[in-house]
Amino acid sequence: MTCEETLLHALVDSELDAGHAREVEGHVASCGRCAAQLRDYRGMHEAMSSAPGARYQAPESLRRRIEAVLPTAIERQPRAIAPGRRSLLKGFAMGSAMSTALAACLVLFVVYTQEDQRIVGDVVSAHLRSLQGNHLIDVQSTDQHTVKPWFNGRLDVAPPVIDLTSQGFTLIGGRLDYIDGRPVAAIVYKRRLHVINLFVSQGVGSERGATMEKLQGFTVWSWAWSDLNFRAVSDINPEELQEFGDKLKAAVRNGGS
Amino acid sequence: MSDRTTEEDPARARRFRDAALPHLDAVYTLARYLLRNPSDADDAVQECYLRALRHFDTLRSQDVKPWLFAILRNVCRVEYGRRSRILLYDVNAEPDKPENAIPMWREAQDTPETEMLRKLDAETIQGLVAALPDVFREVIVLREIEDMSYREIAEIVSTPVGTVMSRLARGRAMLREAWLKAEFKAGQKAEQKDEQAREREEQLK
Repeated sequence: MTCEETLLHALVDSELDAGHAREVEGHVASCGRCAAQLRDYRGMHEAMSSAPGARYQAPESLRRRIEAVLPTAIERQPRAIAPGRRSLLKGFAMGSAMSTALAACLVLFVVYTQEDQRIVGDVVSAHLRSLQGNHLIDVQSTDQHTVKPWFNGRLDVAPPVIDLTSQGFTLIGGRLDYIDGRPVAAIVYKRRLHVINLFVSQGVGSERGATMEKLQGFTVWSWAWSDLNFRAVSDINPEELQEFGDKLKAAVRNGGS
Repeated sequence: MSDRTTEEDPARARRFRDAALPHLDAVYTLARYLLRNPSDADDAVQECYLRALRHFDTLRSQDVKPWLFAILRNVCRVEYGRRSRILLYDVNAEPDKPENAIPMWREAQDTPETEMLRKLDAETIQGLVAALPDVFREVIVLREIEDMSYREIAEIVSTPVGTVMSRLARGRAMLREAWLKAEFKAGQKAEQKDEQAREREEQLK
Protein backbone atom coordinates (compact mmCIF):
# COMPACT_ATOMS: atom_id res chain seq x y z
CA MET A 1 0.00 0.00 0.00
CA THR A 2 1.23 3.49 -0.82
CA CYS A 3 0.81 6.79 0.99
CA GLU A 4 -2.87 7.59 0.64
CA GLU A 5 -3.58 10.85 2.39
CA THR A 6 -7.35 10.77 2.60
CA LEU A 7 -7.19 7.32 4.20
CA LEU A 8 -4.87 8.67 6.83
CA HIS A 9 -7.46 11.28 7.69
CA ALA A 10 -10.25 8.74 7.67
CA LEU A 11 -8.23 6.80 10.21
CA VAL A 12 -7.89 9.88 12.46
CA ASP A 13 -11.63 10.43 12.16
CA SER A 14 -12.62 6.81 12.85
CA GLU A 15 -14.35 6.64 9.51
CA LEU A 16 -12.71 3.39 8.38
CA ASP A 17 -14.03 -0.09 8.94
CA ALA A 18 -11.82 -2.47 10.88
CA GLY A 19 -10.27 -4.06 7.79
CA HIS A 20 -9.21 -0.81 6.17
CA ALA A 21 -8.08 0.62 9.48
CA ARG A 22 -5.72 -2.32 9.95
CA GLU A 23 -4.40 -1.87 6.44
CA VAL A 24 -3.66 1.81 6.93
CA GLU A 25 -2.12 1.21 10.32
CA GLY A 26 0.08 -1.43 8.76
CA HIS A 27 1.30 1.06 6.20
CA VAL A 28 1.86 3.78 8.79
CA ALA A 29 4.01 1.44 10.84
CA SER A 30 6.43 1.18 7.93
CA CYS A 31 6.31 4.77 6.66
CA GLY A 32 7.92 7.48 8.75
CA ARG A 33 6.33 10.28 6.78
CA CYS A 34 2.80 9.01 7.26
CA ALA A 35 3.50 8.18 10.89
CA ALA A 36 4.56 11.78 11.55
CA GLN A 37 1.50 13.14 9.79
CA LEU A 38 -0.82 10.80 11.62
CA ARG A 39 0.68 11.80 14.95
CA ASP A 40 0.36 15.51 14.16
CA TYR A 41 -3.18 15.24 12.82
CA ARG A 42 -4.23 13.34 15.89
CA GLY A 43 -2.59 15.93 18.10
CA MET A 44 -4.36 18.73 16.28
CA HIS A 45 -7.68 16.95 16.45
CA GLU A 46 -7.29 16.41 20.16
CA ALA A 47 -6.31 20.02 20.80
CA MET A 48 -9.28 21.33 18.86
CA SER A 49 -11.96 18.90 19.97
CA SER A 50 -11.19 18.93 23.67
CA ALA A 51 -13.29 21.46 25.53
CA PRO A 52 -13.05 24.39 25.56
CA GLY A 53 -10.49 24.05 22.79
CA ALA A 54 -11.25 26.42 20.00
CA ARG A 55 -14.92 26.94 20.79
CA TYR A 56 -16.66 30.20 21.30
CA GLN A 57 -19.39 30.86 23.80
CA ALA A 58 -22.57 32.57 22.67
CA PRO A 59 -23.03 35.90 24.43
CA GLU A 60 -25.79 35.98 27.03
CA SER A 61 -27.46 38.85 25.17
CA LEU A 62 -27.86 36.65 22.09
CA ARG A 63 -29.35 33.83 24.11
CA ARG A 64 -31.86 36.21 25.66
CA ARG A 65 -32.73 37.69 22.29
CA ILE A 66 -33.48 34.27 20.85
CA GLU A 67 -35.50 33.20 23.87
CA ALA A 68 -37.52 36.39 23.62
CA VAL A 69 -38.42 35.64 20.02
CA LEU A 70 -39.92 32.27 20.88
CA PRO A 71 -43.62 32.43 21.66
CA THR A 72 -43.93 33.02 25.35
CA ALA A 73 -47.32 31.43 25.87
CA ILE A 74 -45.75 28.16 26.83
CA GLU A 75 -48.08 26.51 29.23
CA ARG A 76 -49.07 23.05 30.05
CA GLN A 77 -51.72 21.87 27.64
CA PRO A 78 -54.37 19.32 28.50
CA ARG A 79 -54.00 16.40 26.18
CA ALA A 80 -56.91 14.98 24.26
CA ILE A 81 -57.38 11.32 24.92
CA ALA A 82 -57.32 9.40 21.66
CA PRO A 83 -59.72 6.52 22.01
CA GLY A 84 -59.49 2.99 20.96
CA ARG A 85 -56.51 2.77 18.64
CA ARG A 86 -54.59 0.72 21.07
CA SER A 87 -57.31 -1.86 21.62
CA LEU A 88 -57.76 -2.06 17.89
CA LEU A 89 -54.11 -2.95 17.59
CA LYS A 90 -54.43 -5.59 20.24
CA GLY A 91 -57.37 -7.27 18.55
CA PHE A 92 -55.49 -7.19 15.32
CA ALA A 93 -52.44 -8.79 16.83
CA MET A 94 -54.43 -11.56 18.48
CA GLY A 95 -56.21 -12.41 15.27
CA SER A 96 -52.93 -12.64 13.50
CA ALA A 97 -51.49 -14.90 16.14
CA MET A 98 -54.09 -17.48 15.29
CA SER A 99 -53.14 -17.56 11.65
CA THR A 100 -49.74 -18.76 10.56
CA ALA A 101 -46.73 -17.59 12.46
CA LEU A 102 -45.20 -15.94 9.43
CA ALA A 103 -48.25 -13.88 8.65
CA ALA A 104 -48.50 -12.85 12.26
CA CYS A 105 -44.94 -11.60 12.31
CA LEU A 106 -45.40 -9.70 9.10
CA VAL A 107 -48.57 -7.94 10.18
CA LEU A 108 -47.24 -7.15 13.61
CA PHE A 109 -44.10 -5.74 12.13
CA VAL A 110 -45.87 -3.42 9.71
CA VAL A 111 -48.40 -2.19 12.22
CA TYR A 112 -45.79 -1.82 14.86
CA THR A 113 -43.38 0.44 13.00
CA GLN A 114 -46.03 3.04 12.18
CA GLU A 115 -47.47 2.85 15.63
CA ASP A 116 -44.03 3.04 17.14
CA GLN A 117 -42.98 6.20 15.35
CA ARG A 118 -45.98 8.01 16.74
CA ILE A 119 -45.45 6.67 20.23
CA VAL A 120 -41.79 7.72 20.24
CA GLY A 121 -42.99 11.25 19.45
CA ASP A 122 -45.48 10.96 22.26
CA VAL A 123 -42.81 9.78 24.67
CA VAL A 124 -40.61 12.78 23.87
CA SER A 125 -43.57 15.15 24.32
CA ALA A 126 -44.42 13.60 27.66
CA HIS A 127 -40.80 13.91 28.73
CA LEU A 128 -40.70 17.59 27.77
CA ARG A 129 -44.02 18.20 29.51
CA SER A 130 -42.67 16.65 32.67
CA LEU A 131 -39.72 19.05 32.70
CA GLN A 132 -41.97 22.07 32.47
CA GLY A 133 -43.49 23.61 35.53
CA ASN A 134 -43.70 21.43 38.58
CA HIS A 135 -45.22 18.20 37.47
CA LEU A 136 -42.24 15.90 37.29
CA ILE A 137 -43.36 13.68 40.14
CA ASP A 138 -46.59 12.87 41.97
CA VAL A 139 -44.96 10.66 44.55
CA GLN A 140 -41.56 11.79 45.61
CA SER A 141 -39.44 9.09 47.09
CA THR A 142 -36.12 7.39 46.63
CA ASP A 143 -37.65 4.26 48.10
CA GLN A 144 -38.95 1.77 45.54
CA HIS A 145 -41.31 0.32 48.15
CA THR A 146 -43.03 3.68 48.44
CA VAL A 147 -43.21 4.37 44.74
CA LYS A 148 -44.50 0.97 43.66
CA PRO A 149 -47.61 0.77 45.89
CA TRP A 150 -48.53 4.31 44.88
CA PHE A 151 -49.42 3.06 41.41
CA ASN A 152 -51.86 0.47 42.81
CA GLY A 153 -55.38 1.19 41.66
CA ARG A 154 -54.22 3.99 39.43
CA LEU A 155 -53.21 1.73 36.55
CA ASP A 156 -54.13 -1.59 35.01
CA VAL A 157 -50.53 -2.74 35.31
CA ALA A 158 -48.22 -3.16 38.27
CA PRO A 159 -45.00 -1.60 37.04
CA PRO A 160 -41.78 -2.93 38.49
CA VAL A 161 -40.02 -0.08 40.27
CA ILE A 162 -36.33 -0.76 40.25
CA ASP A 163 -33.87 1.10 42.43
CA LEU A 164 -30.73 1.74 40.40
CA THR A 165 -29.23 4.29 42.77
CA SER A 166 -26.26 2.11 43.57
CA GLN A 167 -25.62 1.82 39.84
CA GLY A 168 -25.51 5.53 39.19
CA PHE A 169 -29.16 6.23 38.37
CA THR A 170 -31.00 7.76 41.30
CA LEU A 171 -34.68 6.93 41.71
CA ILE A 172 -36.46 10.16 42.60
CA GLY A 173 -40.14 9.26 42.30
CA GLY A 174 -43.06 8.46 40.07
CA ARG A 175 -46.13 9.97 38.50
CA LEU A 176 -49.03 9.14 36.28
CA ASP A 177 -48.71 10.23 32.66
CA TYR A 178 -50.38 9.63 29.33
CA ILE A 179 -48.81 8.04 26.28
CA ASP A 180 -50.90 7.33 23.24
CA GLY A 181 -53.97 8.45 25.15
CA ARG A 182 -53.58 5.82 27.84
CA PRO A 183 -52.47 6.22 31.44
CA VAL A 184 -48.96 4.90 32.03
CA ALA A 185 -46.58 4.74 34.94
CA ALA A 186 -43.76 7.24 34.74
CA ILE A 187 -40.84 6.36 36.96
CA VAL A 188 -38.34 9.15 37.29
CA TYR A 189 -34.60 8.76 37.64
CA LYS A 190 -31.76 11.21 37.71
CA ARG A 191 -28.28 10.91 36.31
CA ARG A 192 -26.26 13.88 37.52
CA LEU A 193 -28.55 16.77 36.55
CA HIS A 194 -30.35 14.91 33.79
CA VAL A 195 -33.82 13.50 34.19
CA ILE A 196 -34.69 10.08 32.82
CA ASN A 197 -38.37 9.30 32.43
CA LEU A 198 -39.15 5.60 32.29
CA PHE A 199 -42.66 4.90 31.00
CA VAL A 200 -44.14 1.52 31.74
CA SER A 201 -47.36 0.42 30.08
CA GLN A 202 -49.21 -2.72 29.23
CA GLY A 203 -47.88 -4.51 26.16
CA VAL A 204 -49.06 -7.22 23.84
CA GLY A 205 -47.25 -10.00 25.63
CA SER A 206 -44.32 -10.65 23.36
CA GLU A 207 -40.71 -9.80 23.98
CA ARG A 208 -39.03 -7.27 21.74
CA GLY A 209 -35.35 -6.57 21.79
CA ALA A 210 -34.28 -3.15 23.00
CA THR A 211 -34.08 -0.40 20.39
CA MET A 212 -32.80 3.15 20.50
CA GLU A 213 -34.12 6.07 18.55
CA LYS A 214 -33.22 9.72 18.41
CA LEU A 215 -35.79 12.43 18.12
CA GLN A 216 -35.24 16.18 18.47
CA GLY A 217 -32.06 15.65 20.40
CA PHE A 218 -33.54 13.17 22.84
CA THR A 219 -32.88 9.48 22.93
CA VAL A 220 -35.67 7.00 23.43
CA TRP A 221 -34.90 3.47 24.51
CA SER A 222 -37.67 0.91 24.03
CA TRP A 223 -38.01 -2.63 25.21
CA ALA A 224 -40.89 -5.03 25.66
CA TRP A 225 -40.84 -7.91 28.08
CA SER A 226 -43.52 -10.24 29.29
CA ASP A 227 -46.66 -8.09 29.02
CA LEU A 228 -44.97 -4.78 29.71
CA ASN A 229 -43.60 -2.06 27.46
CA PHE A 230 -40.68 -0.02 28.75
CA ARG A 231 -39.66 3.28 27.22
CA ALA A 232 -36.93 5.41 28.68
CA VAL A 233 -36.29 8.92 27.42
CA SER A 234 -33.63 11.45 28.30
CA ASP A 235 -31.16 13.96 27.00
CA ILE A 236 -28.17 12.14 28.45
CA ASN A 237 -25.89 10.69 25.84
CA PRO A 238 -27.11 7.51 24.15
CA GLU A 239 -24.36 5.37 25.69
CA GLU A 240 -25.53 6.25 29.16
CA LEU A 241 -29.16 5.61 28.32
CA GLN A 242 -28.12 2.26 26.88
CA GLU A 243 -26.36 1.54 30.15
CA PHE A 244 -29.50 2.49 32.05
CA GLY A 245 -31.54 0.19 29.80
CA ASP A 246 -29.16 -2.71 30.25
CA LYS A 247 -29.23 -2.40 34.02
CA LEU A 248 -32.98 -2.09 34.07
CA LYS A 249 -33.39 -5.12 31.84
CA ALA A 250 -31.15 -7.24 34.03
CA ALA A 251 -33.04 -6.18 37.16
CA VAL A 252 -36.50 -6.74 35.64
CA ARG A 253 -35.49 -10.15 34.38
CA ASN A 254 -34.23 -11.08 37.81
CA GLY A 255 -37.65 -10.30 39.16
CA GLY A 256 -36.59 -7.21 41.12
CA SER A 257 -39.38 -4.90 42.00
CA MET B 1 -50.67 16.18 12.83
CA SER B 2 -50.66 19.20 10.58
CA ASP B 3 -54.26 20.12 11.29
CA ARG B 4 -53.34 20.52 14.90
CA THR B 5 -50.32 22.74 14.37
CA THR B 6 -51.92 25.99 15.39
CA GLU B 7 -53.54 24.44 18.38
CA GLU B 8 -50.26 22.97 19.53
CA ASP B 9 -48.15 26.04 18.88
CA PRO B 10 -46.97 26.55 22.45
CA ALA B 11 -46.03 22.91 22.76
CA ARG B 12 -44.23 23.11 19.47
CA ALA B 13 -42.31 26.22 20.48
CA ARG B 14 -41.36 24.58 23.71
CA ARG B 15 -40.20 21.46 21.92
CA PHE B 16 -38.17 23.59 19.59
CA ARG B 17 -36.60 25.54 22.41
CA ASP B 18 -35.67 22.40 24.28
CA ALA B 19 -34.25 20.76 21.18
CA ALA B 20 -32.43 23.68 19.60
CA LEU B 21 -31.27 25.96 22.39
CA PRO B 22 -28.76 23.53 23.90
CA HIS B 23 -26.80 23.80 20.63
CA LEU B 24 -26.52 27.57 20.77
CA ASP B 25 -22.81 27.63 21.61
CA ALA B 26 -22.03 25.17 18.83
CA VAL B 27 -24.03 27.15 16.28
CA TYR B 28 -22.43 30.37 17.47
CA THR B 29 -18.97 28.84 17.18
CA LEU B 30 -19.60 27.85 13.58
CA ALA B 31 -20.95 31.34 12.86
CA ARG B 32 -17.86 32.97 14.34
CA TYR B 33 -15.61 30.89 12.12
CA LEU B 34 -17.68 31.34 8.98
CA LEU B 35 -18.09 35.09 9.33
CA ARG B 36 -15.05 35.98 11.44
CA ASN B 37 -16.85 38.82 13.09
CA PRO B 38 -18.73 38.72 16.40
CA SER B 39 -21.63 41.02 15.55
CA ASP B 40 -22.33 39.39 12.18
CA ALA B 41 -22.21 36.04 13.96
CA ASP B 42 -24.80 37.27 16.46
CA ASP B 43 -27.19 38.31 13.71
CA ALA B 44 -26.68 35.18 11.66
CA VAL B 45 -27.33 32.92 14.64
CA GLN B 46 -30.51 34.75 15.51
CA GLU B 47 -31.73 34.53 11.93
CA CYS B 48 -30.80 30.84 11.90
CA TYR B 49 -32.95 30.14 14.96
CA LEU B 50 -35.89 32.03 13.50
CA ARG B 51 -35.73 30.03 10.31
CA ALA B 52 -35.26 26.81 12.21
CA LEU B 53 -38.38 27.51 14.26
CA ARG B 54 -40.36 28.19 11.10
CA HIS B 55 -39.22 24.94 9.55
CA PHE B 56 -39.18 22.83 12.68
CA ASP B 57 -41.85 20.57 11.20
CA THR B 58 -39.53 19.51 8.41
CA LEU B 59 -37.18 18.03 10.97
CA ARG B 60 -38.01 14.38 11.27
CA SER B 61 -35.82 11.97 13.11
CA GLN B 62 -32.50 13.44 12.07
CA ASP B 63 -30.21 15.13 14.54
CA VAL B 64 -30.94 18.73 15.42
CA LYS B 65 -27.34 19.89 15.43
CA PRO B 66 -26.34 19.19 11.80
CA TRP B 67 -29.73 20.49 10.75
CA LEU B 68 -29.07 23.80 12.52
CA PHE B 69 -25.58 23.96 11.01
CA ALA B 70 -26.99 23.57 7.51
CA ILE B 71 -29.47 26.38 8.12
CA LEU B 72 -26.80 28.61 9.59
CA ARG B 73 -24.51 27.99 6.65
CA ASN B 74 -27.25 29.00 4.26
CA VAL B 75 -27.93 32.16 6.23
CA CYS B 76 -24.23 33.02 6.16
CA ARG B 77 -23.91 32.38 2.45
CA VAL B 78 -27.02 34.20 1.37
CA GLU B 79 -27.14 37.12 3.77
CA TYR B 80 -23.50 37.72 4.40
CA GLY B 81 -21.82 36.08 1.44
CA ARG B 82 -21.11 39.12 -0.61
CA ARG B 83 -20.15 41.33 2.27
CA SER B 84 -17.81 38.86 3.91
CA ARG B 85 -16.10 38.09 0.64
CA ILE B 86 -15.24 41.73 0.18
CA LEU B 87 -14.00 42.23 3.68
CA LEU B 88 -12.56 38.82 4.20
CA TYR B 89 -8.89 39.33 3.83
CA ASP B 90 -8.43 42.74 5.33
CA VAL B 91 -10.66 44.47 7.82
CA ASN B 92 -12.36 41.50 9.35
CA ALA B 93 -9.51 39.20 9.98
CA GLU B 94 -8.78 39.38 13.68
CA PRO B 95 -7.34 42.89 13.87
CA ASP B 96 -5.40 42.14 17.01
CA LYS B 97 -3.39 39.47 15.24
CA PRO B 98 -2.48 40.94 11.87
CA GLU B 99 -0.23 38.03 10.96
CA ASN B 100 -3.28 35.80 10.79
CA ALA B 101 -4.67 37.72 7.87
CA ILE B 102 -1.85 36.53 5.67
CA PRO B 103 -1.90 32.87 4.76
CA MET B 104 1.20 31.52 6.35
CA TRP B 105 1.37 28.08 4.92
CA ARG B 106 2.99 26.71 1.89
CA GLU B 107 1.86 23.60 0.11
CA ALA B 108 2.50 20.64 2.35
CA GLN B 109 6.15 19.96 2.21
CA ASP B 110 7.65 17.21 4.19
CA THR B 111 8.17 18.12 7.77
CA PRO B 112 10.26 15.25 9.00
CA GLU B 113 9.20 13.16 11.91
CA THR B 114 11.33 14.77 14.54
CA GLU B 115 9.09 16.48 17.04
CA MET B 116 5.56 16.29 18.28
CA LEU B 117 3.24 19.15 17.65
CA ARG B 118 3.07 21.30 20.67
CA LYS B 119 -0.19 22.32 22.21
CA LEU B 120 -1.15 25.84 21.36
CA ASP B 121 -3.45 28.01 23.40
CA ALA B 122 -7.08 28.27 22.32
CA GLU B 123 -6.72 31.80 21.03
CA THR B 124 -3.83 30.92 18.76
CA ILE B 125 -5.72 27.92 17.40
CA GLN B 126 -8.73 30.10 16.71
CA GLY B 127 -6.54 32.49 14.78
CA LEU B 128 -4.96 29.71 12.72
CA VAL B 129 -8.30 28.18 11.81
CA ALA B 130 -9.78 31.58 11.01
CA ALA B 131 -6.96 32.18 8.56
CA LEU B 132 -7.84 29.15 6.43
CA PRO B 133 -9.67 29.82 3.14
CA ASP B 134 -13.47 29.39 3.27
CA VAL B 135 -13.92 25.94 1.77
CA PHE B 136 -11.27 24.39 3.98
CA ARG B 137 -12.18 26.33 7.09
CA GLU B 138 -15.76 25.13 7.19
CA VAL B 139 -14.91 21.44 6.92
CA ILE B 140 -12.14 21.80 9.49
CA VAL B 141 -14.49 23.49 11.96
CA LEU B 142 -17.28 20.97 11.38
CA ARG B 143 -14.96 18.00 11.82
CA GLU B 144 -12.44 19.09 14.43
CA ILE B 145 -14.48 21.37 16.61
CA GLU B 146 -18.10 20.38 16.05
CA ASP B 147 -17.38 16.65 15.73
CA MET B 148 -19.54 16.01 12.67
CA SER B 149 -19.08 12.80 10.69
CA TYR B 150 -18.04 12.88 7.01
CA ARG B 151 -21.59 12.09 5.98
CA GLU B 152 -23.02 14.87 8.13
CA ILE B 153 -20.49 17.37 6.77
CA ALA B 154 -21.32 16.31 3.23
CA GLU B 155 -24.98 17.03 3.91
CA ILE B 156 -24.33 20.34 5.62
CA VAL B 157 -22.14 21.75 2.86
CA SER B 158 -24.10 19.81 0.18
CA THR B 159 -21.13 18.23 -1.49
CA PRO B 160 -20.09 14.59 -2.02
CA VAL B 161 -18.28 12.79 0.78
CA GLY B 162 -15.22 12.43 -1.45
CA THR B 163 -14.95 16.20 -1.75
CA VAL B 164 -15.29 16.56 2.00
CA MET B 165 -12.41 14.13 2.44
CA SER B 166 -10.10 15.90 0.03
CA ARG B 167 -10.90 19.32 1.47
CA LEU B 168 -10.28 18.02 4.94
CA ALA B 169 -6.94 16.54 3.89
CA ARG B 170 -5.89 19.78 2.24
CA GLY B 171 -7.16 21.92 5.09
CA ARG B 172 -5.38 19.85 7.70
CA ALA B 173 -2.14 19.99 5.76
CA MET B 174 -2.39 23.78 5.66
CA LEU B 175 -3.27 23.96 9.30
CA ARG B 176 -0.37 21.72 10.23
CA GLU B 177 2.06 23.97 8.42
CA ALA B 178 0.63 27.03 10.12
CA TRP B 179 0.64 25.23 13.44
CA LEU B 180 4.30 24.38 13.18
CA LYS B 181 5.09 27.97 12.31
CA ALA B 182 3.06 29.26 15.21
CA GLU B 183 5.11 27.06 17.44
CA PHE B 184 8.24 28.66 16.19
CA LYS B 185 6.75 32.00 17.00
CA ALA B 186 5.79 30.80 20.42
CA GLY B 187 9.50 30.85 20.89
CA GLN B 188 9.81 27.70 22.94
CA LYS B 189 13.18 26.19 22.32
CA ALA B 190 13.38 28.65 19.50
CA GLU B 191 17.06 28.41 18.82
CA GLN B 192 17.19 24.68 18.94
CA LYS B 193 14.32 24.43 16.53
CA ASP B 194 15.82 26.94 14.16
CA GLU B 195 18.93 24.88 14.01
CA GLN B 196 16.93 21.78 13.24
CA ALA B 197 15.09 23.62 10.52
CA ARG B 198 18.33 24.70 8.94
CA GLU B 199 19.65 21.17 9.10
CA ARG B 200 16.50 19.94 7.45
CA GLU B 201 16.78 22.40 4.64
CA GLU B 202 20.35 21.37 4.05
CA GLN B 203 19.38 17.75 4.01
CA LEU B 204 16.72 18.49 1.47
CA LYS B 205 19.11 20.28 -0.86
